Amino acid sequence: MKVDIKSENGTAIAALRGEIDHHSAKSAREQLDSFIINMQPDVLSLDMSGITFMDSSGIGLIMGRHKLMRECGGRLEVKSPQESIRRVLRLAGIERIVRIT
Amino acid sequence: MEILNEIRFSMPSLSANESAARAAVSAFIVQADPTVEELSDIRTAVSEAVTNAIVHGYRGTSGRIDLVLRLLPEREIYIRVRDGGCGIADVKKAMEPLFTTAPEEERSGLGFSVMESFMDRLSVRSRVGQGTTVTMRKKLAAHGS
Ligand SMILES: Nc1ncnc2c1ncn2[C@@H]1O[C@H](COP(=O)(O)OP(=O)(O)OP(=O)(O)O)[C@@H](O)[C@H]1O
Ligand SMILES: [Mg+2]
Repeated sequence: MKVDIKSENGTAIAALRGEIDHHSAKSAREQLDSFIINMQPDVLSLDMSGITFMDSSGIGLIMGRHKLMRECGGRLEVKSPQESIRRVLRLAGIERIVRIT
Repeated sequence: MEILNEIRFSMPSLSANESAARAAVSAFIVQADPTVEELSDIRTAVSEAVTNAIVHGYRGTSGRIDLVLRLLPEREIYIRVRDGGCGIADVKKAMEPLFTTAPEEERSGLGFSVMESFMDRLSVRSRVGQGTTVTMRKKLAAHGS
């Protein structure tokens, strides 16, 4: 998975590309967490349009970043997941916790 | 069980093999001409079972994971994932949604729920100290429906 973060006026967009599983989540988590801790964005939007596969490891990745953003006084959002990824998000009830657009 | 086709393979419990297992499953089931959605559901379920073997079964150690992929009559896909890891003491409890023994590793206790809802049938057999076998089946929708 590739992570590409762009930030402007407190709003950051992290474009994720590829597949999210237990193997690939580790480095994505490290990159996102170091960005959150160093830059303290108000909003971090995970652009998931480029994610072609995600299992429950992706739920852990999203929930973990949601918690960290909240601890830092910010908010996490999820943007443009493909239909197959939406099904996993729905099953986990993520939309009740994190805004999905 | 009448078996129309079968592939068996075995791999070490390396996390890089999570995607390798998915790729093998995709390659095998294309012959049954699944929909995009069916393919994605089966890939996700397999990913959950293999990840569990690596993360929980062989926690702190390593070992082999054995997979059996079968094509059964009436376009039914059969998948078995077996590890020789630590096993599960209480399978019923482990299968409850949100139950996890590794919350500090950002596991959410949803793997079995995903397998259950994305496949038609799920069976989990396990013995502490011996390992875990997960068997799943899914019937692909009839062509033209
Ligand atoms: N192959 C296995 N060997 C040993 N224990 C297992 C195995 N598979 C599952 N378990 C146990 O069952 C629990 C529930 O598994 P499940 O996949 O539902 O959730 P998880 O792996 O903890 O979290 P998630 O899959 O959402 O990341 C695990 O936390 C673990 O204790
Ligand atoms: Mg799991």
